[in-house]
Amino acid sequence: MGRPRQGSRDYASQPPPPGAQSNFPYRDGPWHLGPAHPQRHIANYNSQLPPCVGPFKMGFPAASRAKSPALRSCSPGRPGALFLPPAPSRDAVPPTGTGRRAAGGGRGRAGRGGRTPEGAEPGPAAEQPGNGGGARSPRVSRMASASTSKYNSHSLENESIKRTSRDGVNRDLTEAVPRLPGETLITDKEVIYICPFNGPIKGRVYITNYRLYLRSLETDSSLILDVPLGVISRIEKMGGATSRGENSYGLDITCKDMRNLRFALKQEGHSRRDMFEILTRYAFPLAHSLPLFAFLNEEKFNVDGWTVYNPVEEYRRQGLPNHHWRITFINKCYELCDTYPALLVVPYRASDDDLRRVATFRSRNRIPVLSWIHPENKTVIVRCSQPLVGMSGKRNKDDEKYLDVIRETNKQISKLTIYDARPSVNAVANKATGGGYESDDAYHNAELFFLDIHNIHVMRESLKKVKDIVYPNVEESHWLSSLESTHWLEHIKLVLTGAIQVADKVSSGKSSVLVHCSDGWDRTAQLTSLAMLMLDSFYRSIEGFEILVQKEWISFGHKFASRIGHGDKNHTDADRSPIFLQFIDCVWQMSKQFPTAFEFNEQFLIIILDHLYSCRFGTFLFNCESARERQKVTERTVSLWSLINSNKEKFKNPFYTKEINRVLYPVASMRHLELWVNYYIRWNPRIKQQQPNPVEQRYMELLALRDEYIKRLEELQLANSAKLSDPPTSPSSPSQMMPHVQTHF
Amino acid sequence: MLGKGVVGGGGGTKAPKPSFVSYVRPEEIHTNEKEVTEKEVTLHLLPGEQLLCEASTVLKYVQEDSCQHGVYGRLVCTDFKIAFLGDDESALDNDETQFKNKVIGENDITLHCVDQIYGVFDEKKKTLFGQLKKYPEKLIIHCKDLRVFQFCLRYTKEEEVKRIVSGIIHHTQAPKLLKRLFLFSYATAAQNNTVTDPKNHTVMFDTLKDWCWELERTKGNMKYKAVSVNEGYKVCERLPAYFVVPTPLPEENVQRFQGHGIPIWCWSCHNGSALLKMSALPKEQDDGILQIQKSFLDGIYKTIHRPPYEIVKTEDLSSNFLSLQEIQTAYSKFKQLFLIDNSTEFWDTDIKWFSLLESSSWLDIIRRCLKKAIEITECMEAQNMNVLLLEENASDLCCLISSLVQLMMDPHCRTRIGFQSLIQKEWVMGGHCFLDRCNHLRQNDKEEHQRQLSLPLTQSKSSPKRGFFREETDHLIKNLLGKRISKLINSSDELQDNFREFYDSWHSKSTDYHGLLLPHIEGPEIKVWAQRYLRWIPEAQILGGGQVATLSKLLEMMEEVQSLQEKIDERHHSQQAPQAEAPCLLRNSARLSSLFPFALLQRHSSKPVLPTSGWKALGDEDDLAKREDEFVDLGDV
Repeated sequence: MGRPRQGSRDYASQPPPPGAQSNFPYRDGPWHLGPAHPQRHIANYNSQLPPCVGPFKMGFPAASRAKSPALRSCSPGRPGALFLPPAPSRDAVPPTGTGRRAAGGGRGRAGRGGRTPEGAEPGPAAEQPGNGGGARSPRVSRMASASTSKYNSHSLENESIKRTSRDGVNRDLTEAVPRLPGETLITDKEVIYICPFNGPIKGRVYITNYRLYLRSLETDSSLILDVPLGVISRIEKMGGATSRGENSYGLDITCKDMRNLRFALKQEGHSRRDMFEILTRYAFPLAHSLPLFAFLNEEKFNVDGWTVYNPVEEYRRQGLPNHHWRITFINKCYELCDTYPALLVVPYRASDDDLRRVATFRSRNRIPVLSWIHPENKTVIVRCSQPLVGMSGKRNKDDEKYLDVIRETNKQISKLTIYDARPSVNAVANKATGGGYESDDAYHNAELFFLDIHNIHVMRESLKKVKDIVYPNVEESHWLSSLESTHWLEHIKLVLTGAIQVADKVSSGKSSVLVHCSDGWDRTAQLTSLAMLMLDSFYRSIEGFEILVQKEWISFGHKFASRIGHGDKNHTDADRSPIFLQFIDCVWQMSKQFPTAFEFNEQFLIIILDHLYSCRFGTFLFNCESARERQKVTERTVSLWSLINSNKEKFKNPFYTKEINRVLYPVASMRHLELWVNYYIRWNPRIKQQQPNPVEQRYMELLALRDEYIKRLEELQLANSAKLSDPPTSPSSPSQMMPHVQTHF
Repeated sequence: MLGKGVVGGGGGTKAPKPSFVSYVRPEEIHTNEKEVTEKEVTLHLLPGEQLLCEASTVLKYVQEDSCQHGVYGRLVCTDFKIAFLGDDESALDNDETQFKNKVIGENDITLHCVDQIYGVFDEKKKTLFGQLKKYPEKLIIHCKDLRVFQFCLRYTKEEEVKRIVSGIIHHTQAPKLLKRLFLFSYATAAQNNTVTDPKNHTVMFDTLKDWCWELERTKGNMKYKAVSVNEGYKVCERLPAYFVVPTPLPEENVQRFQGHGIPIWCWSCHNGSALLKMSALPKEQDDGILQIQKSFLDGIYKTIHRPPYEIVKTEDLSSNFLSLQEIQTAYSKFKQLFLIDNSTEFWDTDIKWFSLLESSSWLDIIRRCLKKAIEITECMEAQNMNVLLLEENASDLCCLISSLVQLMMDPHCRTRIGFQSLIQKEWVMGGHCFLDRCNHLRQNDKEEHQRQLSLPLTQSKSSPKRGFFREETDHLIKNLLGKRISKLINSSDELQDNFREFYDSWHSKSTDYHGLLLPHIEGPEIKVWAQRYLRWIPEAQILGGGQVATLSKLLEMMEEVQSLQEKIDERHHSQQAPQAEAPCLLRNSARLSSLFPFALLQRHSSKPVLPTSGWKALGDEDDLAKREDEFVDLGDV
C-alpha cells in the first residue's frame, strides 16, 4: 500500500498535526470529525487473545467430546449463555443475556475490554465466519477440511452432506451450537429440514439471538446449517391443521441471500408456533423493540476496523485540500444535509453561504461535492443529487454559478461533463415531482449525458428473476435465454459502461465530471465508486476497497437500512433493492477480467455480502452517517473490517500485482459478463467451486518453492562466507538435495 | 440475421449478412504520411511457394477505438496464401517478435483458411464467386479461424483490382486436384531436416510396433492383438494398415466385409474394460445377404461376449446421437456470431448475445458430446463394461467420442505428446475424412456436406501450445466446458441413475488432475471458449487482462524459480557469485491481451471500448422503470 499507515490510528482521536492544519485554505470547525473511536482497546486486544486458537477444541477437549449430558446442560463458563432446555414455556422469557446487554445499553467496548473471554469462548483469531469452518464442530471441520479449505465459496453456511466413515456415528449433542461472545441460545427444536437438494433430513435446530443453526440427527449425514437471522427476509407458515401430506406442516423461510429454508414440524405441541414467534422476534428485532445483534456482539479483534477510514486522511492521500479544493465542516452537525457526511470537499472559491444556497436547489440538499481528484490532471469526480427544476423549469443562479466554479477548477477543458445515471425518460418524468436535470439553457458550460441505468425497483425485480432461475434448481434447457430474460447482466453492463465513461472522461477526456441520479445515493454511488476503482489502484487493495465502500457508500448515505431492511419484517418494502450487491457484482466482473489487479479475492467480496445482511457488525447499519453517529455505532458495535483485516491472508489474491497509475477499463460486453455462479448459485451442492483452481494451485506451489529456494540461497551464502577457504566438498548434486521444479506443464 | 441457412458450411454461397453499410467514408480514413510512402515490406515465400498476382495501393482497414483507419500496402496472392504487405507490423519490438508465427504472418491468410469472400458495391455487401462482371470497391474476407479482413480497392489501379480479385476468388474457390495442394510442392521443395527426439515424439500409429506399444501402455495386450491383415491396404483403404482387434478374432473375418462389422480396439482402461468401435455392415435389402450378415455378426458378438471379455454395451452413434448435419448447422450459425465486420455490428448483437448463442445450439452440442463421453466413461470405469461404438463408417462421431473418453480417463492423453498421439490414433489413423469434412478440394457443397466435426473436439480441448498443455486441458475441460452441475433432483430426462450417481460422486470429491477427469456439463458451466472465438475481435479484447494475465504470472514465477534453482546449482558447483540475472522474457502484462499468445495487442490505444447501442426494452417491467426511486418530498420548493 502506497500510503502511510503509521499514525493513522491516532489521527481521529487527536488534534490534527499542525502541518495539516496550515495546509487548509479554509477551516470552519473543530477537529472532532471522523469516526470517534479512540483506540483504547488496541492495547488490550493482544492481551485478550486466548493462548490458543480453535475455540471449540478448547471448550470441548477431545476427551470430553463424548456424549455427556452434564456438559450439555452446563456449557462451561459462559455467563448469560444459558442453554435452555427445549421447553416452550421458557421461550417467551427474554433470555438473560439480552436483558443484561440491554441494561448495559450505552456501555462502550472499553467497559467490556477488561473481561477476558473464558475458555469456551471463541478467540477472535479463530472465528472464521467467512467459512463456517471455524464455526463448526471439530469433528465436522476435520472431516471436511480437505474440501472446505480457504477456497470454499460457501461462506456463512456449510451445507454439505457427507457420509461418515466412522463406525460410531452417534451424534454428539454436546457440541451443540457455536456461539459468538454475546450470542445467547434461545431455543432448540427437533425439525425436518427439507433440503431442496437432498430431500428431508431430520435435525435439531438451535435458535440464538444471532443465528439459526441446524444439525442433522441422521447417522449418515453431517449436515450443518448455519444461518444468521439477519439474512431472513420473510417467514411463512406452510400447511394448516388439516395438512396431511408428509412434511407439509412447517415453516418456509425466505432469505436475502438467494435461498429458502423449509422446515417441517410436528403438528402437536405448538412447536411451529413457538419457532415462528421466536424467529420472527429475533430476525426482525426492530419490530419488537429489540436491539440488532451488532449491539450485543462482544467479539474482540486485534485490529479495529473503525479506524480504517478516516476522511481527512483519505482526502490527504488524494492531495486535498489544494489551491482549488477545500475541506469544509459546514455539515459537522448534519445541518446542511442530513444524509451527507460531516466532512465535505468543495471548491475553494465557494463560500459556505454559497453552499447553503445551492443546497436549496438540490434534492435533499445533496450538493455537488468532490469524490475524487485525478493526481495528475486534477480533474475531479463530483457527486450530488438532481437539481430541483420541476415542471416549470426553475433555475437557480447559485447552482449554475457553483457548477461553473467546479468547472473552472480544471483549466484544460471548457466544459463540465454531467452524467445523469437515469434513462432520459425518467429524468424528464422526474420533473413532475420537482426534480429534473441540468438543461442546456441554464448550464451553458456543461454537457449532459444520460447513462440509462434503471431504478431500484427494476433492479429488485431483476434479481428476483435471477433467483427464480437458479434456486433451488438451475434452469437447464434454456439456460442462456433464461439468463438473458432476467436482464441482470444487462443492468451490470450498463452500470459498468457508465462508470467506464466517467473514468475515461476524467482520465483521457481531461474533463471534470459531475454524477447524479435522483437522490444521488444509489446509482450515483455505484458510478463514482466503480469509476474510482478503475482510476485509482489504491482502491484495489483490501484496505483501499474498504475505504472506498466506507466513503462512497456508507458515509455518503447509501440507504443500507432501507435497501436491505436490517431487522425489519416488512419484506415487501419498495425501498429494498440490491443496489450494493449489484456494485459488488460489478467489482467481481472487473476482478474476473483483471485477475491480477485486485489484492482481494472472491472470498472477500462474498464475506462483505454475507455481512451486509447478517447484522453481526455495525458497518452497514443505518441509512446515513448522522443516524450512525446518533446510535454511536462505532462505539457500540464491531466493524466488519476488524474481522477481515485480522484474517487478511484469507482474502488475498495470490496473483495480485500492484500497478500504480494503471487505469482499468473492463469490457462491458455480454461476451465477457458472466453470472457470478459462486455467489448466486452457491447453495447448490452440485455447483461447488472448483477447489482449488488448478492454475492458482500451481502458482501457490511455485510461490512456496521460490520462498524455499530463497531461503536455501541465503543459507548457502552464509555457509559459504563462513567457510570461505573450504573447497567445495559436497559430492551430491543439488538436485538430490532439494526438490526441483516439477515441470508438469 | 446471423447464420441463417448457411448449411453447407465452409464455402457456402449464401451471404448471411444481406447488406453492408460502410461506416467510414474514404475521406474519413486517416492515413499517415509514413504509410503512404509505402515502406516496402518484402514478401516471404516458403520453399515451393509462388507469387501468383498482386495489387498495390490497397488500403487495409484497421479497427481502433470504434473508428476505422487504413494502412496502405500491397495485396498479394500466392499458391499458399493471401498476404497483405503493409508496414504496420514493423512496429513490433524485439520482445514481441517472439510471439510471431514464423510461417503465417499477422496479415497472411492461407488459401485454405478463407471461408467467405464478400465484395462491397455501392455500400452493399455481396458474396463473391465465379466470374465477376463488376469489381468491388472493397473486399471483405472471412476466415475459418474467424479473422475478418477488409481491403479497400478504391485507390488501386483497375487492372490490378481485376487481377487480384479474380485471382483470389479463383484460388480460393475453384475445385482443386489433390496433387495441386500446396503441401506437395512445399514438401518437394523443403528439406525435411527435423530431428525427432525418439523419447519425445508423437506416436504415429503407422507401424505394428506403435500399436503394440499402445497396447502395452494400456495393458490391453492381454486380450487384444495388433494385426497386419490390412498391410498395403489390401482389405480396405479406409482402415489403417495396422490396427488392433480382440485376440480370438480370426483375421479372415476382417476381410469378409472389408473391415465392416469388426470390433476395433481403441483403448483399454486400467480395470481391463475396453473401448471398441465398429463400422456398420452395409445396408442390404436382400434377405439372403441380411441372413449372412446376421450370422457373421452373431459370430463376432459371440467372440466378444465371452470371458475373458467384459459385458459389452453397444452405443449406436448413428441413430441415437447427434447427426453430422446438426453439428454442421450449429457451427455455421455459431461462427457467424464471431465474424464481426465492425464495431456497430458487435454492439448490436451484444444485447441479445445469450439468445443468439443459445439459438446456435453449439454449446448444447458440446454438452451432449461431453455427456455421452461421461456416460461411456461411467460404463467402463464404474460398471467394468466394454463399450462398442457403432457408426456407419466409424470415422466421425466415433473419433470424437472415443478421443473425449480417453481424455477423461487417460492422463497420458492430456500431455502434449499424448494428445498429439491421440489425434493421430483416433482421427488420422481412424480414417476421419478431413479432406471432405474440411472440403480442402472445394468440391461442390451440395455434393459433399462438410462437417466441422473435429471442432467439438478442439472446443473441448486447447490446442497444444507453449508447454502448458496439461494445465490448459484440465482447465478447459474443467472450466471452459463447465465445472458445475445443476441438473437437479426433479429433472426427469432419460439419464440413468448410474450416470447421475457416478457424476455427482466424482464431483463431490477433490480432484486428482492426473486421474479421471469429468467436466461439468450443466448450463452455467458450459461457456464460450473465449480465447479461440473472441480473440480477433478488437472490442472483445481485455487490455492487460483475461486469463492470460494469470498464466503470464505463472510463467514469470516459473522463470524466477528456475533462475533461483540455477543459482543454487551454481553455488554448489563453483561457489562463485551468481551471474547477473538473465533478462526476464516476459512480459509487460499491459501489452498482453486476449490475443496472447497468438498475436499481440491489436488495439493500439488504451481507450476503453464503449457500447454504442443501448438498452433493450424491459417489456413487462416498464411500469417499474417509470417509478420514482423514492417519494420526493418537495417541501416548499
